[in-house]
Amino acid sequence: MTLLALALAVWILGWALNAALARSAAAQYRAGRFAVAAIFGLTVLAVWELAVRGLQVPGVILPPPSAIAARFAAEVPTLWADFRQTFLKGALRGYAIGCTSAIAVAIAVDRSPFLQRGLLPVGSFMAALPIVGTAPILVMWFGFDWQSKAAVVVVMVFFPVLVNTVAGLKASEAMQRDLMASWSASYWQGLVKLRLPAALPFIFNGLKIATTLALIGAIVAEFFGSPIVGMGFRITAEVGRLGLDMVWAEIAVAALAGSAFYGLIALIERRMTFWHPSQRR
Amino acid sequence: MTRRAAYFGQRALPVLTVLTLLLALWYGAAVWLNAPWIADQDRRAGLPPPGLSQLVPAVWAQERPVLPAPHQVIAELAKSTLGTAVTSKKSLVYHGWITVSAALAGFAIGTLLGAFLAVGIVHNKAMDLSVMPWAIASQTIPILAIAPMIIVVMNSLGLQGLLPKAVISAFLCFFPVLVGMVKGLRSPEPMQLDLLSTYGAAKGQTLRLLRLPASVPYLFASLKVGIAASLVGAIVGELPTGAVAGLGARLLSGSYYGQTVQIWAALMAAAMVSAALVGAIGAAERVTLRRMGMAP
Repeated sequence: MTLLALALAVWILGWALNAALARSAAAQYRAGRFAVAAIFGLTVLAVWELAVRGLQVPGVILPPPSAIAARFAAEVPTLWADFRQTFLKGALRGYAIGCTSAIAVAIAVDRSPFLQRGLLPVGSFMAALPIVGTAPILVMWFGFDWQSKAAVVVVMVFFPVLVNTVAGLKASEAMQRDLMASWSASYWQGLVKLRLPAALPFIFNGLKIATTLALIGAIVAEFFGSPIVGMGFRITAEVGRLGLDMVWAEIAVAALAGSAFYGLIALIERRMTFWHPSQRR
Repeated sequence: MTRRAAYFGQRALPVLTVLTLLLALWYGAAVWLNAPWIADQDRRAGLPPPGLSQLVPAVWAQERPVLPAPHQVIAELAKSTLGTAVTSKKSLVYHGWITVSAALAGFAIGTLLGAFLAVGIVHNKAMDLSVMPWAIASQTIPILAIAPMIIVVMNSLGLQGLLPKAVISAFLCFFPVLVGMVKGLRSPEPMQLDLLSTYGAAKGQTLRLLRLPASVPYLFASLKVGIAASLVGAIVGELPTGAVAGLGARLLSGSYYGQTVQIWAALMAAAMVSAALVGAIGAAERVTLRRMGMAP
C-alpha cells in the first residue's frame, strides 16, 4: 500500500515538475524540452516499478523495470548474439540490398515516363499491402538462417524507397533542367549533378521509413522459423517459457537498435541535404 | 482523342503494362523454380528429361510448387471463398473475417485513443513536451515485436480471441493517428486563431469550430496508414497462438505443412482486404472533404 501511495506521489511530483518546467522560460531551450521528456520517461519507469511491486503483479505478467535491467545486464552475450543475427546479418544486409535495388530500379524506370506512370500506382499499392505475409514463403525458399530474413527485408523496404525515389527524381524544377540542357549536359551529368541531389530529401524520407520496416521484417520473419539465435526467436522462445524479463530486455534492444538506426540515417541526411529548408535551424 | 481514350492512354495503359510485365515475370519464375522438381521426378522414374512443351504445363499444375502460378492461386482463392460454406474452417471468408474484425476493433480503439490524446497534447503544454517526443520516437521502434508477449500475457489473464489481437492493432495505429492529429489540430494559421479569439471563442469552441475541421485531412492520411498497420498487427497477432483461426493462422499452417498454394491464397486475400480497407477510407476521405468544401 505504501508503495502504491509512493507511486502516486512520484507521478504527481513528476507531473507538477513538468508542468512548472513547461510554463517556465526553460521550455524555450532544447535542453529544457529534453529535460521535460526525460523526466516524463523516468516518472513512467518509477511508477511502473513501484506499482508492479505494490500490487505484487506476478513476473509472468509484467516484470518491474529493475528485473528487466538486471536480466539485460546478465544476458549481454546472448542479447549481442541475437542482435548480430537479426540486425547485423538479416536486417542490415536486406536493407542495403533492398534500398540499392529500389533506387537503381527507380533510376532505370525514370527514363521512360510511360513505365513510370505505370509503376507509381502499382508501387504505392504494394507499399500499403501486408508484405510481412511473404515471410513464410521466403523462409521456405531461403532456409531458416539470415538469408531468408534479409529477403523479407528486401521485399519490405523495396516499395517505399522505390516510390519515394521516383517521386524525388521529378523534384527538380523545369527551369533547373533547362539550365542543364542549355549547358548541353548529358543525361548522366544531369542526373548526377542535378536530379539525384534534388531527389535526396525524398530518398532519405523513404530510407527512414525503411529502417523501421527492416527491423520489423527481420524480427517477424523469425516467427516463421529460425536458427536458435535471433531476436524474434528469443522473443517467441522466452514467451513460451514465461521469461518475460528476457522478452522485455530483447524489446529494449530492438527499440535501441531501431532508434539508433533511424538516428544514423537522419544524421547522414542532415550531412547530405544541408541545403534543404527542412534542415536549416 | 476523346477524354476517355486520353484517360486510358495516360493512366490505365501504363498500369496495365506494368501489371502484365509482373504477371509474365511471375509465370516465368514459376517455370524456373518448379522445373527442377519435375525433372528430378522424371529422372527417378527413368524417363527422359521432359521437353519444354511437357514441362511448362506440368510446372504450372504442381500440387505443392515452390512458386505457384497465378492461376493456381486464383483457383485456390476462388475455391476457398466461393466454393466452400462461409462457416467452414476451410473458407477464407471465415478466416478473413476473424482477422478483419480484430483489426477493425483495434483500429477503432487506437484511433479514438490517439485522437483524444492529441486533443490533450494540443491544449496542455506539459503534456505536449512530455508525451510528444516519446510518441515520435516510438515510430522508429519495431512495436510489432511485442505481439507474442501481449498474446501470451493476455491469455494467462484469461483473455483470448479477438481482444489481444485488437490490442496489438490498437498499439500499431495509435501512434500514427496521434502524430497526424497533433499536426492537424495545429494546422490552423495564427490569423484564423486570432479571429476566433477576437470573437471571444472559448477553447472548446475553437476546437469544435476550427481545429477539428482543419485536422480532418491529416486524420484521413493517418487513418490510411493506421488501418494497413492494424491489419498487419492482427495477422502477426495470430502467429504465436499456433494456427487456430485467421489469415495469419492460414499462413502459419501453410508454412508448417508446405501448402504453398494455401499460403499464397491467404496472402492474396490479406492483400485484397488491405487494399479494400485503405480504399474504403480513401472513398470516405473524398466524400467527407467534398462535403466540407475542402476538395473539388
